[in-house]
Amino acid sequence: MPNRTIAPPIKDAVDFELVLPRCDHHVLSNGVEVYALNMGSEDTLQINWVFYAGAWYEKKKALAAATNFLMKNGTSGRTAFEINEHFDYYGAYVNRSCYSETSEVTLHCLNKHVHALIPVIAEMFTDATFLEEELAIYKQNSLQRLKVNLQKSEFVAGRLIDSYLFGEKHPYGKYNNAEDYEALTREDLVGFYEEYYRKGRMVIFAAGKLPENMIAELEKYFGGLPVRKHRETVVGVQHKIEPATEKKYRIMNDPNGVQAAIRLLRPFPNRHHPDFQKAQVLNNVLGGFFGSRLMGNIREDKGYTYGIYSYLLNFIHESGWMITTEAGRDVAEETVKEIYNEMELLREEEIDEEELMMTRNFIIGTVLGDLDGPFQVIGRWKNMILNGVDEAYFYQSLQVVRSITAKELQELANTYLQPDDFYELVVI
Amino acid sequence: MIQFEKFTLPNGLRVIVHEDHTTPMAVVNIMYDVGARDEDPNKTGFAHLFEHLMFGGSINIEDYETPLQMAGGENNAYTSNDLTNYYVQLPAENVETAFWLESDRMLSLAFDEKSLEVQRKVVSEEFKEHYINKPYGDVWFKLREMAYKVHPYRWLTIGKELSHIENATLADVKAFFAEHYNPSNAIMVVGGNIKTAQVRELTEKWFGDIPSGKKWERHTPEEPVQTAPRREIVYADVPLDAIYKVYHMDNRLSHGYYVADLITEVMGGGGSSRLFQSLVKEKKLFSNIECYHFGTVDKGLLTIEGKLVKGVKMEDAEAAIEEELEKLKREGISEKELTKVKNKTESAIAFEDMSVMTRCNNLAFYELLGDASLFNSDREKYFSVTVEDVLNYSRKYFDVNNSCTLCYYSKQ
Repeated sequence: MPNRTIAPPIKDAVDFELVLPRCDHHVLSNGVEVYALNMGSEDTLQINWVFYAGAWYEKKKALAAATNFLMKNGTSGRTAFEINEHFDYYGAYVNRSCYSETSEVTLHCLNKHVHALIPVIAEMFTDATFLEEELAIYKQNSLQRLKVNLQKSEFVAGRLIDSYLFGEKHPYGKYNNAEDYEALTREDLVGFYEEYYRKGRMVIFAAGKLPENMIAELEKYFGGLPVRKHRETVVGVQHKIEPATEKKYRIMNDPNGVQAAIRLLRPFPNRHHPDFQKAQVLNNVLGGFFGSRLMGNIREDKGYTYGIYSYLLNFIHESGWMITTEAGRDVAEETVKEIYNEMELLREEEIDEEELMMTRNFIIGTVLGDLDGPFQVIGRWKNMILNGVDEAYFYQSLQVVRSITAKELQELANTYLQPDDFYELVVI
Repeated sequence: MIQFEKFTLPNGLRVIVHEDHTTPMAVVNIMYDVGARDEDPNKTGFAHLFEHLMFGGSINIEDYETPLQMAGGENNAYTSNDLTNYYVQLPAENVETAFWLESDRMLSLAFDEKSLEVQRKVVSEEFKEHYINKPYGDVWFKLREMAYKVHPYRWLTIGKELSHIENATLADVKAFFAEHYNPSNAIMVVGGNIKTAQVRELTEKWFGDIPSGKKWERHTPEEPVQTAPRREIVYADVPLDAIYKVYHMDNRLSHGYYVADLITEVMGGGGSSRLFQSLVKEKKLFSNIECYHFGTVDKGLLTIEGKLVKGVKMEDAEAAIEEELEKLKREGISEKELTKVKNKTESAIAFEDMSVMTRCNNLAFYELLGDASLFNSDREKYFSVTVEDVLNYSRKYFDVNNSCTLCYYSKQ
């Protein structure tokens, strides 16, 4: 019978050699870059087309997201139904998503069908029609979804907290109201599409078991388009951050609500700042995983919540440090207090070696697990490339995890985990 | 084809090994053959409560998470009406840590009042977060009660009511553990960068001396065939009217299951599906409409769920759904449409199979159904479905006497 009180020996995850598989880099005739990762044994692949066509560039709210969504709903040669049926017939998934800076179209398919699918994607980028009727349905459905969401305290809290930090006019802080959807016109969409897609800036990421002529195929359909390479510096659109002066908010959204959505957020520089990678480690200690302080105290010790997390926002220009949870209504204020207590502990005491080691191992283990599979690996590359950092940044961040000291973490806590710097919001 | 090997310990623990040397990771997946369907109707939510308690430390190991995180591992679990699944992923070199942790909690938990007290509260918050504080959060409480009269699928895994969890005692919890969490009721799948011989050795070392326990004998009552339509009307503080229609379908192992699964794709699978195209895009009656089922082991519910466009009458919306169902029953589907939904299914399976974790989880599930090798024949079962099957089964399922309808009106 084994002695169960003694843990089996482990190899510290920090000692694992982590290698980020290399990506092939190609440039199409028009300068558009393609990052291709040929990896994996399954017969599946993923291609991401990324445009600089996020909310950052829109002059009217909700425009970037509407354009991204409706690009798939009809071209001059195919109706929305025909496009959907074409992708569905080959068992392919085409998703669109719109973020603050960028907007994407992603294709997932079996590699045996990719040749039938790429031409239709190209059609979406060059020949979308944006019919009035499709826009009308989109508006109506967005309005209805908004109505349902506004009943959820977490949704309301999520939009308000960002607006306090960045200001309601900033792309990171603005949010859509009913009148914003209502004000969208077909001309707005066509104009945005022309400028930011047809003549926009594009970069392509492909991963999986790629067919041999993949690059030639991408060249054929995308290399001749009037799009530009994504690194091209145009006179950048600038947005000014206008933070709120008031820091603390309490909002009653649903008088019968049984839970409170709690958000704390402070400004934080972007990932080029020397503290960014170090702060990621401190963030893990605070609330980045199940073994974190916030989870241990507020969920596992007090049972106030089902989950509590902290994270650094993933924006290109600026970041923020966010803490988020949904807690019982009657313990909401107590929860806020406990969050500050955890910050205080991190400021006042160095964390012990065991906890630091556990955090290091957890982070490295997660990275190791994340590098498993082509889609995860290309995801890392995409994130690095869009944020303007290179491979060295990846290895440097691992080095930070391995070498950061308890003293450095305490100093960071004193710099960044000061209650006065946080916007604080409770929505019931 | 997914390769695997299988052996059973003398105490009844079934072990499946799936080697994959392309990854540096290992997965240890333990599926317990216990779900909400095995609960006492007066003490519901226990299987799920256990999912929480299982992370509160075991008999010899005070804290589950810390040593696992020390070994660079991650874990989680989920509970359904049919089963409970615990999974760990960690660097393959540290796989023994997972054996040590999982075997100890199978041996016994460190039951105490404090841990129970906290998890009772956490689960209550989960209940509130997902079912009380959300618009339409109570829909499935009502639908299940309407559709099932005797089968324990009539309650959700979170439990029938909050009070069952709030009143759970330490004695209840201990009894439930003794009944279900033992080698006879468990299936372990170890996958990733490991060797079968190594898995056998580690399994014998850590799980070999755990008493086998009693095999849980399931006497789930069979739900009688529904013979008349059931309807219910609700008024709630939600912004939009909604309609839910559910139809009893076949169990997981029958041919009809595969037909039903493809039918949900035909009716509600994405942008080119019939309900979406006809009722959202052409007739503009719904802002959203879906068709799905939960993949349950016993007979499940094929569901159509839609949110009405403001101003549309419930009767008109319902009639339009009925019309699509009638059309399917009258004309069936074309070979091309069938090929489309089969292609979609083939692709979905291929994407699922990309991760070692999902493969291990699926192997465990098919073993729970009776035999892990069913995993490899699933694809063929979808491909064997014919247009005649779709026609026959849609006539059988979409019978008004087999339907439950919930009309959910907005009070606003």
